[in-house]
Amino acid sequence: MTAPILKAEGIEAGYGQRAILSQLDLTIPPGEITAIVGANACGKSTLLRCLSRLLRPDAGQVVLDGRSVRQIPARDLARQLGLLPQSPIAPDGITVADLVSHGRHPHQGLLSRWSHDDDLAVARALEATQTADLADRDVDALSGGQRQRVWIAMALAQDTDILLLDEPTTFLDIAHQVEVLDLLVDLNQSRGTTIAMVLHDLNLAARYADHLVALRDGRVHAAGRPTEILTETLVAEVFGLRCAIMEDPTSGKPMMLPMGRHGKITPQHPPEMRNA
Amino acid sequence: MSLPADAPLIARIAATRRSRGRARLRLITIIAGVLIAGIALTLSLGQSLTPPMDVLRVLMGADVPGVSFTVRDLRLPRAVLSVLAGMSFGLGGVIFQTLLRNPLASPDIIGISSGASAAAVFAIVILGWSGPAVSVLAVLAGLGVALAIYLLAWQDGVAGARLILIGIGLSAMLDSVIAFVLSRAPAWTLQDALRWLTGSVNGATLDQALPVALSLLVFGGLLMRLRSSLEVMRLGDDTAAALGVALARDKALVVLSAVGLIAVATAVAGPIAFVAFLSGPIALRLTGPGRSPLIPAALVGAALVLLGDYAGQHLLAARYPVGIVTGALGAPYLIYLIIRSNRAGGTT
Repeated sequence: MTAPILKAEGIEAGYGQRAILSQLDLTIPPGEITAIVGANACGKSTLLRCLSRLLRPDAGQVVLDGRSVRQIPARDLARQLGLLPQSPIAPDGITVADLVSHGRHPHQGLLSRWSHDDDLAVARALEATQTADLADRDVDALSGGQRQRVWIAMALAQDTDILLLDEPTTFLDIAHQVEVLDLLVDLNQSRGTTIAMVLHDLNLAARYADHLVALRDGRVHAAGRPTEILTETLVAEVFGLRCAIMEDPTSGKPMMLPMGRHGKITPQHPPEMRNA
Repeated sequence: MSLPADAPLIARIAATRRSRGRARLRLITIIAGVLIAGIALTLSLGQSLTPPMDVLRVLMGADVPGVSFTVRDLRLPRAVLSVLAGMSFGLGGVIFQTLLRNPLASPDIIGISSGASAAAVFAIVILGWSGPAVSVLAVLAGLGVALAIYLLAWQDGVAGARLILIGIGLSAMLDSVIAFVLSRAPAWTLQDALRWLTGSVNGATLDQALPVALSLLVFGGLLMRLRSSLEVMRLGDDTAAALGVALARDKALVVLSAVGLIAVATAVAGPIAFVAFLSGPIALRLTGPGRSPLIPAALVGAALVLLGDYAGQHLLAARYPVGIVTGALGAPYLIYLIIRSNRAGGTT
């Protein structure tokens, strides 16, 4: 089975009169981890909402395996495409196992009852996120990092080929951010799940993504391997920030060091020139 | 898939799920048992004690001299209407509380019951209508109030607290409409006034109960079919949509059903005070948190109306309509919730 391809074709979207995305084209490479980065209000979350059909583009379309997502019934789409929104709500007193079980919703028809497959998917999701020990605990009582793992478990129980995440690391301390991103890499490698996420932290994005998408003013400004596209010029153009790009000795991926107004070294060798 | 899950974990998850399903069923059986005992009580013990065997014989269709009229024509219709209206209020109330994630967002607090009641009393007193037409107008008025609250509360999205406050304001306005209409009525009795202001099952007939039964069948049935969507909607709109809920359609159907239940019951029995408001939280206290307790709330609502009416008829010094009894129960809880929500900084 080949992984389905998710594409945005010339989408324009906004809220009310305010246009946020304009003529945006994007392909999410199947089987890879894509990170979408950009300055505040550049349209990252709007793009993710369009990709997951939460927001209807004013023009253009989102296409999954050659079919407009508008033409795919909601339940069918939810079996192929999962989304973890930025601030999901855990109902009072719900247990971890119950919350994760909700991920099975699109797999249950009006008549089909909860089956062994559903239990299996929930168990796998709990194991993959190392939350099996928490299964009977109240979600309210968990730490931020545990809670995020539980929400990811819910999205995993949904058993989709593509998983979209809107800033999965917000509100987490650095150790838990890395833990969540490591978990996503595990999923990508073991299940082949295509992952696309909005990330705030450029360095974590460059470190964990196979494919980096930089948005600016509602358009894709650059997209490609982090080692190929992450340059001082790009950061200046996308974030308006003076910085130096170094090689991260722990991963070999590019690493951005912000200089701001007080940084002492001026960038002398833009990486494009070094590569040439 | 490559992640092998161990069998013990699957077994543990399945066992927990099954044992909680059994616990829920047990609890529903217990509440239903209490309700049935309550029905037996109200059928056999009123002004006079009717032997249970005689009650059963009347219910089977036999004619028992001196008993048939009391049981078949007085007590039975009253019990039937109490149970059906109570279920409608309980179910409609818990749906609103679940959907808006706030126990204060009950239809009798935010003006939906008052809207239905105002429409019903207008239709009956001014237009001289009766029967199903009154119910239809009440449902339309309930939907109109729901829409009005929603639009008035809209300001970059709908915040729960604003919606509730606007609803309370509308509710007060609609109550004064009821009082105004009643004051214009050519001849009205205190009984009529109390029915439309606090709710009552006085003088109930089986014919009156029929539309309530139909509404429970249609709207209640629809809600049971939508309950898994409703359960997922509690995770937030975005998550629900991502899980494949057709959000706009399902939400509209859920609100329509809840308003329909409340409005039809109100058109017959009046806005029986606080039953919609109390049933959900009582049911939740009994079942424990986790799922939204739809069936338990319906059963609790039925028990509240049935036993509240019984208390109003036989246990208090004078005879009161059921709405006065449930109102006296609900008001302290409302005050408690408001105090608690103030301490929690406006969120409940």
